[in-house]
Order: sequence, then structure tokens, then C-alpha cells
Amino acid sequence: MSARRIFARPARFAAIAPYVWMVLFFLVPFGFVLKISLSQTAIAQPPYEPVFDLTAGWTAIRAAFAALSIDNFKLLTSDDIYVYAYLRSLSVAVTATALLLLIGYPIAYGMARLPKRWQAVAMVLVIVPFWTSFLIRIYAWINILQHDGLLNQILLTLHLVSQPVVWLSTDTAMYVGIVYSYLPFMILPLYATLAKMEPALEEAASDLGAPPGAVFWLVTFPLSLPGVGAGVLLCFIPIVGEFVIPDLLAGSNSLMIGQTLWLEFFTNKDWPVASAAAIVLLAVLLLPLLLYERLQRRQLEER
Amino acid sequence: MRKISRLSRFNIASLALGFAFLYLPILILVIYSFNASRLVTVWGGWSLRWYHALFADRAMIEASWMSLRVAFSSATIATLLGTLAAVALARGERFRGRTLFSGMLYAPLVMPEVITGLSLLLLFVALNAERGFWTVTIAHTTLTMCFVAVVVQSRLGSLDRSLEEAAMDLGCPPVRAFLSVTLPLIAPAIVAGWMLAFTLSLDDLVIASFTTGPGSATLPIRIYSEVRLGVKPEINAICTLVIALIAVVIFIASLASKLSSSQGESAAPL
Repeated sequence: MSARRIFARPARFAAIAPYVWMVLFFLVPFGFVLKISLSQTAIAQPPYEPVFDLTAGWTAIRAAFAALSIDNFKLLTSDDIYVYAYLRSLSVAVTATALLLLIGYPIAYGMARLPKRWQAVAMVLVIVPFWTSFLIRIYAWINILQHDGLLNQILLTLHLVSQPVVWLSTDTAMYVGIVYSYLPFMILPLYATLAKMEPALEEAASDLGAPPGAVFWLVTFPLSLPGVGAGVLLCFIPIVGEFVIPDLLAGSNSLMIGQTLWLEFFTNKDWPVASAAAIVLLAVLLLPLLLYERLQRRQLEER
Repeated sequence: MRKISRLSRFNIASLALGFAFLYLPILILVIYSFNASRLVTVWGGWSLRWYHALFADRAMIEASWMSLRVAFSSATIATLLGTLAAVALARGERFRGRTLFSGMLYAPLVMPEVITGLSLLLLFVALNAERGFWTVTIAHTTLTMCFVAVVVQSRLGSLDRSLEEAAMDLGCPPVRAFLSVTLPLIAPAIVAGWMLAFTLSLDDLVIASFTTGPGSATLPIRIYSEVRLGVKPEINAICTLVIALIAVVIFIASLASKLSSSQGESAAPL
């Protein structure tokens, strides 16, 4: 018997504790979200009608099933506010992800072309903001973008504008915040694939007479597609459900779904509708989530 | 092979602009925290005024203390569980429920926080758990153990297996082979995982807002409620302190990864 096989058994036992933890605190809670999304809103604490009471026996369970209602989901699909919030979340996520790719790619490309020693430094420089507080980085932008903030002062001094421009509470500010916060997530996977690429391939193409643009579009870009996929998913999925950035930087006239959920939960105390919103959000993200998982598994396990 | 400079002018410009974009806002925030003037627009000279004001703010101090406690305990539990999970995935070959297991570990990395937060809160309410320190700690452990697992798993994947196999071929029991051969080799990744878990917990607003109870606000919750009311110099000061703390943590982590790179290939995929 090979050593590898002897090791496999105790290694499998190592799974027990984290497995139980994740089932209990990650999987089971989704059951509760589903359950409460199907129950009626009530003015009580907690603010919903109980759906299941297992102590009451079989008839009670049957009655409970009969009482399940999809009213919350009907509300979500009939009320324009929610439909609009989902659409806005998706369009913001698509736009922001495209911007991130456009801005992140040249940076990752530049990093991959640095001398090896400098690559390590650049890598650390990209990771450090990722470790720095998300909230603080958004707040830093409020400092800059507010009415009498730095940006307006600079613009006024340079006579580029004659009066302060409103930046805060606009979509522009929100996109700046999203791009700023998620840029490391886009750069890192892109850089990882670009750095692994054989430089001889690009050199061969240009030696054979391909102009730089053709080298990029016919050789470099297609080879970097796995990194593009990882970066896009890593940004797109969380941005759809983003709450903090649109809440602090965007205007309040059109909400993203993360904000709607937050509002229903904390302000309106309508837990069932918030839960239904979460279920729909999860359903929207299911496909990208599965894609992401496959990518992650391939990256970590098939080497 | 001909030696050509692969770095074009376009490459240099995009790197310079990119890093300026990443670092300038934080730098500006740090500088303004030392501004003597209350107005953000006016530079009134260097001063520690806002730091004094900060230390007089009881609520802010309490929130910081709560956040540090949560970050410390959740990072510690998460490191333990995440390392176990990484070992199972990297060395356990195939086992029943493996796909579900890895799925549960990878999904929280990108799952919108509003979903994770809401679902955990509903669980805690159903269990009738008193919300506060422990519920936030459990919630943060659930999120951050996934990051630890990924960091440690990638280190385990790049590790030469022949070392631990040699130990076992020579008759060392698997658990001992792990403890005396594998564990020292992955120790830097475990340290980096702990640090990452610590900073993620210190940073989280959304999940903590859902899972905490009245009277036990964490630092991000506190900062968020202040920020909603507008820019205040004290917030610049507390943010600078958090950045300084994280800088120290990163410094230690990079020392740890230096140690690791002298023993082999460097880890840290994140």
C-alpha cells in the first residue's frame, strides 16, 4: 500500500469538524431563508408567522404546508420597485465588471512584463489594498468626492469647472467606488495567467511579422481567457449583491437589490420579503456561482 | 535569445496610473487625519487633535474592543477549521460528499454578504440564541474559514508530497508524519490565513450588522453610522489607526511568507 493511501484516511477524518460547521452555519441557514420567504409577514418579534412546528405532530405539519404562501414572491415579481432593483443590480454589475476588465487588464499586463524581482513587489502592492478595510476605502472616496472635497478644489483651481460639480450620490461616484474596491480581484487572476504565459509565443508571432495589435488579439488575449473568466466572476457575483458602495456613494432614487433587501429587513422589518428577495438573488447568481466553483476547484485541485 | 525590453511605454503608464489610483485616496485620508482644521477643505497644519477626540469617544473605544475580540476569536477558530478542511481536500483523495464540501467552502468567497448575513441571522433567531459577541464570531468564522482553507490548500498543493510519503514509508504513523513533516512546511500559509481571517473580520460591516444584537456594535458598524451622517475628522483618525494596525499585520505576514519562500515556493494566492 502506498503512503499516499495510508495518509488519505486520516486526512478524510480532518473533514468532519469543518464539514459539520459548514452544514450547520452555511447550508442549514438557507433552509431557514427559504422557509421564512414562504411565510406571512406579521407584526411580532420575530416578525413572521411560524411555518413549521414539529412538536405539534403530523396534522400540524400538513396544515403548515397548506399555509405556505408564495405571496412574497408574487410581490417581488409584481412590484416594479423590486423588478427594477434586480435589473439595476445586473446592469450595474455588468457595467462595473466591464470597466474593471478594461482598467485591470493593462495593469495586470504591465505587471507581467516587469522584471521578475519587481513582479513580486507589484503583487504585494496590489494585495495590500485588498487587506485594507473595504469600508475605509469607500470612506476615503467620500473625502475626495464631496462638495468641497479635493477633486472639486483641484478642478476649480485648474479652472476646468466654474462651480463645484456634484459627485457624491451619483452613479459616477458609485462606479468609481466599485472599480476601486474590486480592482485587486480583477488584477490578481489576470496577472496569474499572464505571468505564466510563455513570452516566446508573443515573440514568435511578432518575428513572423504580426503587428503588435494582432499579436495581442490573436495570441495574448485568447491565452489569458481563463484569467479573464476568473476575474469577471470574482467581481460580477459580489457586485450584484453589493450594499455598502451604492448605499454610501450612489443616489437614493434607484436602489440595487442588496439595498432593497437591507431596507426591507432593517427599516421595514419585513423579514419574509427580505428572505424572498435573497432567494431570488441566489437564483439569479446560481449559474455564475456554479461556474466559479468549477473554476476554483480546477485551479486548486487539478495540478 | 535576444534581450529586448519587454516593458513598453504603455505598460509603464498603466502601472503608474493604476497604483496611483489604488494608493492616493488612502494616502489623502491619512494626511487629513492629522489636519488641525475641522473643515476638510482647509489645511490648518499638523495636529493630533482628532486622535485626542477619538480616545474620548467611549462608544468608539467599546466598538473597537468588541471588533478586536471578535476578530481574534473568529480568526483562531477559522484557522483551525480551515486548515483541517484544506488537509481533507488536498490529501483526502475521494470521499463521500466531497463535492458538496468543496462547494460549501468555495461559495462563501463570492456569495453576496447580504445573503450570508440574513441566512445566519434567521438561524440564530430560530435557535433563540442571544445575539452579540458569539453570534458575530460564529458568522465571521463561517466566512473566513473558507479563505483560510483556500490559502492553506494552495500551499499544500504546491508542496512536495514525497517528504511526508518518505516519513510514512519509514514507518511513521500518518498523523505524526503530518504533525512533524507537513505542518512545519505549511505553517507560513497557516499564519497568513490567520492574518487574512483577522483583517476580514475586522473589516466586515454587512454580516456583523445582521448577526449582532443591540448594544454590541462592532467598529465597522460604528464607523458606518457616523459616515452616514457625513465626513468627520475623527473618522479619518480611526481609519488611519485601523490602516496602521493592518499594516503591522501585513508586515508580519510578509515576514512569515519570506520564511516560507526560503523553504520553497511562496504561497498566498490572494
